[in-house]
Amino acid sequence: MVNAGKQLITGLGILLLFSVLSVSCYAMDYPDEVEIDSLTNLYEAVVFDHAMHVDATENCSECHHHTTGTGVTNEYCAKCHEGDVEMDVVACQDCHSDDPVSPDNLHTAKPDFFYHDDKPKLKAAYHLKCLGCHSEVDGPTGCEDCHAKTEAGDKFYHSGEFAPKEDAQHGAEHE
Amino acid sequence: MSSKISRRRFLAGSAAGAALVMHPGKKAFASGSFSGFPDGMGVLVDLTRCVGCRTCEAACNKEQKLPEPALPFDDYSVFDEIHHGNQKRRTTDKAYTIVNRYEPEGSDQPLYRKIQCNHCNEPACLTSCFVGAYTKTPEGAVIYDQHVCVGCRNCMIACPFHIPAYTYHSVLNPVIKKCIFCYDTRLKEGRPPACVESCPQQVMTFGKRKDLMKIARERIRKNPKKYIDHVYGEHEVGGTGWFYISSAPFAEAGFDEDLPKEPIINNVKDFLAMVPVVLVVWPALFTGFHLLATKGKSHGHGDDHSNDKQEGH
Repeated sequence: MVNAGKQLITGLGILLLFSVLSVSCYAMDYPDEVEIDSLTNLYEAVVFDHAMHVDATENCSECHHHTTGTGVTNEYCAKCHEGDVEMDVVACQDCHSDDPVSPDNLHTAKPDFFYHDDKPKLKAAYHLKCLGCHSEVDGPTGCEDCHAKTEAGDKFYHSGEFAPKEDAQHGAEHE
Repeated sequence: MSSKISRRRFLAGSAAGAALVMHPGKKAFASGSFSGFPDGMGVLVDLTRCVGCRTCEAACNKEQKLPEPALPFDDYSVFDEIHHGNQKRRTTDKAYTIVNRYEPEGSDQPLYRKIQCNHCNEPACLTSCFVGAYTKTPEGAVIYDQHVCVGCRNCMIACPFHIPAYTYHSVLNPVIKKCIFCYDTRLKEGRPPACVESCPQQVMTFGKRKDLMKIARERIRKNPKKYIDHVYGEHEVGGTGWFYISSAPFAEAGFDEDLPKEPIINNVKDFLAMVPVVLVVWPALFTGFHLLATKGKSHGHGDDHSNDKQEGH
């Protein structure tokens, strides 16, 4: 009877431990897809297959730094953030500002070099992470592998229906 | 009596002339150590991040309302273009910024380099311009007044980076064209230039030059294996507003590594400071010598005549 009670407590303990572990690993309800629409003037929104990337990577911190509570892979960040817990903010745009340079904040006094001073803005945070990893693992790296250009995009790049005409081309070359 | 006065006048005149000349001379030397306006803006260009997408070229074209390009901005065959035998593409009156591709030795990754005006602290174009068309603004931009430009192209020769371009097609009023840091439309209001804002990889970081220099040094310090320990433009030609860090030696990305650490004007400053000295002091000096040498000597009929008159009395 005592043994059975002990076993029960041990069993419950193990169960509790597992549930705590599983909660700490997959506590966040991460989305399967993320629609990234910050560049929608020149490109269609990108539907990012988050679930596929969760399966493909070993550790959430490869993209999410120290915010997911899954350990920190970058030694430099680990100096302060080793053993950090999950944070309230995990989405890229929560930390990476879309417009870090504005006339308003330009001349506010800043301390001498400090951590996080060299934080890329949102667009660069995406591209540096995505392209950086894709070029290592032979993922797609062409602009239009991820983005479909809008009409405004074609106009901006003088491509597609806005491509320079043949005669204009020759004219430009001979000028 | 008259000769004494002229000698005094000569000495006093010479001293005054020398003082006048030496004073601005000293001032001119001091300007050689000008290291930029304290709050001047700049751009840190990190070559390791560039993927050669040419979005900056497209953004520049749109912002500066430049003519239609010969090829679309997403046509990457332009990286294979070679002009005049061995030169990659350069800035023109229709393209103020250009991205070129390089293949550094021992690297399987290509290296891309964006060129545009580097907005020097003490610009050679400005100092070479005899009509004063150029201005270095306190915000850090090197701008120019097209209406003042006479099209002499001195600045094209003076620029160590070969940036100013010329409207050769314009028959009646050819002028210089170059990147102005988007001064009129953006920088003046504290906004980054169009190319910087458009870049997907943030190859370019916009900010105060002095802050960016710290960031550049910090990137190198954190990643000594990735970066060459050199910030190109920190000291080159007296410091430039746009400066670069790279993973490959700068020479392999087409940078001129033989540029002096001093502003280009310093090459001729000693000589130029001597010009007013020679022009003012020499005539005074030699006139003095002449008067001294001819003191008491007969100067022809005029003098003889006056002597005669004195004797007559």
